[in-house]
Amino acid sequence: MNEMIFEAKDLSRSFTVGGSPLRDLADHFLRNRQPTVLRAVDNVSLTLREGETLGVVGESGCGKSTLARMIAGILPVSSGERRFRGETYDSFLARKRDALKIQMVFQDPLSSLNPRLRVGNIIGEAAVLHGLVPRSKVKDYVGDILARVGLPADSIGRYPHQFSGGQRQRVGIARALAVKPDMLICDEAVAALDVSVQAQIINLLMDIKRDSGLAMIFISHDLGVIRHLCDRVAVMYLGRVVELAETKQLFASPTHPYTRMLLEGMPKISMQRRRFMPIQGEIPSPLNPPSGCHFHPRCPIATDHCRRIRPELRAITPGHVHACLNVASD
Amino acid sequence: MSEPFFQVDGLNTWFFTRQGVIKSVRDISFDLARGEVLGIVGESGSGKSVTGMSVMGQIDEPGRIVSGSISLNGEDLTKLDFEAMRRYRGRRIAMVFQNPLMTLNPLMRVRDQMYEAIEAHENVPHKDMHARCIEALKSVGIPSPEERLTAYPHEMSGGMRQRIVIAIALLLGPDLIIADEPTTALDVTIQAQIIYQIRRQIDERGLGMIWITHDLSTLSELADRIMVMYAGAMMEIGTTEEIIGSARHPYTRKLLDSVPSRNAPGEKLKQIPGNMPSLLALGKGCPFANRCERVSEICGEPVPAKQLSGTHRIWCYHPFED
Repeated sequence: MNEMIFEAKDLSRSFTVGGSPLRDLADHFLRNRQPTVLRAVDNVSLTLREGETLGVVGESGCGKSTLARMIAGILPVSSGERRFRGETYDSFLARKRDALKIQMVFQDPLSSLNPRLRVGNIIGEAAVLHGLVPRSKVKDYVGDILARVGLPADSIGRYPHQFSGGQRQRVGIARALAVKPDMLICDEAVAALDVSVQAQIINLLMDIKRDSGLAMIFISHDLGVIRHLCDRVAVMYLGRVVELAETKQLFASPTHPYTRMLLEGMPKISMQRRRFMPIQGEIPSPLNPPSGCHFHPRCPIATDHCRRIRPELRAITPGHVHACLNVASD
Repeated sequence: MSEPFFQVDGLNTWFFTRQGVIKSVRDISFDLARGEVLGIVGESGSGKSVTGMSVMGQIDEPGRIVSGSISLNGEDLTKLDFEAMRRYRGRRIAMVFQNPLMTLNPLMRVRDQMYEAIEAHENVPHKDMHARCIEALKSVGIPSPEERLTAYPHEMSGGMRQRIVIAIALLLGPDLIIADEPTTALDVTIQAQIIYQIRRQIDERGLGMIWITHDLSTLSELADRIMVMYAGAMMEIGTTEEIIGSARHPYTRKLLDSVPSRNAPGEKLKQIPGNMPSLLALGKGCPFANRCERVSEICGEPVPAKQLSGTHRIWCYHPFED
């Protein structure tokens, strides 16, 4: 098995909500309000090996993007520990050039690419600044990367708005690759694209993975995409990982009731009309999550102790863990 | 299936811009029966939304319906003046958009927005309006509707807001609902609930529905018939079984093949090479020709419709055989 590239232990991140200056002042004088705290990510532990792709799937508000940002090192943690190749993030991120080893691709390339820079600069700037290539050779360097992500060579002098959505996402990927990362984090990188363009970008990511052995964390709400790209999948619900398994295992025999519900809700191409009644209930507000197991109000097999006890992740088979009190592990 | 009550015939909607004429919708014809859901599927720029807006009479300058007819219960909507069309909109035809926050007024309670919709078309006492609102909210699966009535849009989740929009659309008992990507922004579990409830309303009330989306998977579970559009033109139309099970048009096949769940996990997806042509520079032939592997010289000529069965029509010189 490959070396471990990334480890997260009990990562948590909270945000204080509200925070308008006037309200803060009022609270200060009245001394009657506890600040509302949102636990976006709650004790998440993950590992990633070299060359592996880990998927993180969940619905809006489950904390998957917050998790992605913490792994990328662009958001501090509230508690918990992150390690890159065994080294803690504190010492690792302090060395600016090494920090480039983790790169991120975002959902909306138009808002993550500087609209006033030419693509050549967007892609080449960081590489030059950090001394990965001499300025005199940057043009060839960028040209190679453009070819690798399937963009025409003349893109170098164009601006982001002159590209289509799919091409822009290629620019975003090219920018990430330009600093020779070892780990790539894709946060909903294909969510905003049309099906046929999405297929092109997924294929590109698979090529990159095959050619360079890049380790990837792929965040998405789309189970179809996750199933296609990832080696292992973590399912998140309201800040917690509820199930984690190899992709094949998770899709073949999901054990957590929430994972089952997600898989059932996933639209499939079929010729059968949806006849069954889907599971009721809304995603609760992360500001005020249900007690015990967060999923219990929507869970078909919830019992009384689900309301009180927080389920911990436990192994069902080697490599397959879930957090459910009621589904027996054998 | 009953007789169609709604027909679009030879619709052309063009936009006359400074750069040239953008022919967003070209020669679109379809019909719809009561209790039926017609899915229109296509990628960005395929003209699916402009088709929906044309039916609603919402095409603004520099756009214009250049030719064609849109008839509802035998009356041609393209011939109606603004005031007559206003009376149709909301009452006979309702529309649901992707983003409910842009449809709902953020400063008004749900109740007032619903009352407003009724008052615009009917003269009803408040007590009856209240009962109707409650009934509409219940029909789309909104729990504790009394409380929701006094809420503001920002107090609700995205799924709940979209249900409110659908409830408002149902409020005046329209014949036809046009839904443009209504569940695209929602989570899968919520999407599944809304699709289930919409389908039930269609069946119970005998409405017609046009469901515009880029998502073939959702359509395959919801629609009775599917129409595939590309670069402003119809490529193929047929029952869901015909389109999903035995698509004959190369574009439809490619589109189906590029969906991840139709490919073996871990293998490369079958992608469509190239990009959609600019709508400013379309030839007279098939718009998909430059990306099609079955292309030949004749594809540069105007493509006539081929009737494959009573319900299955296709625009292609080289369709698949089986």
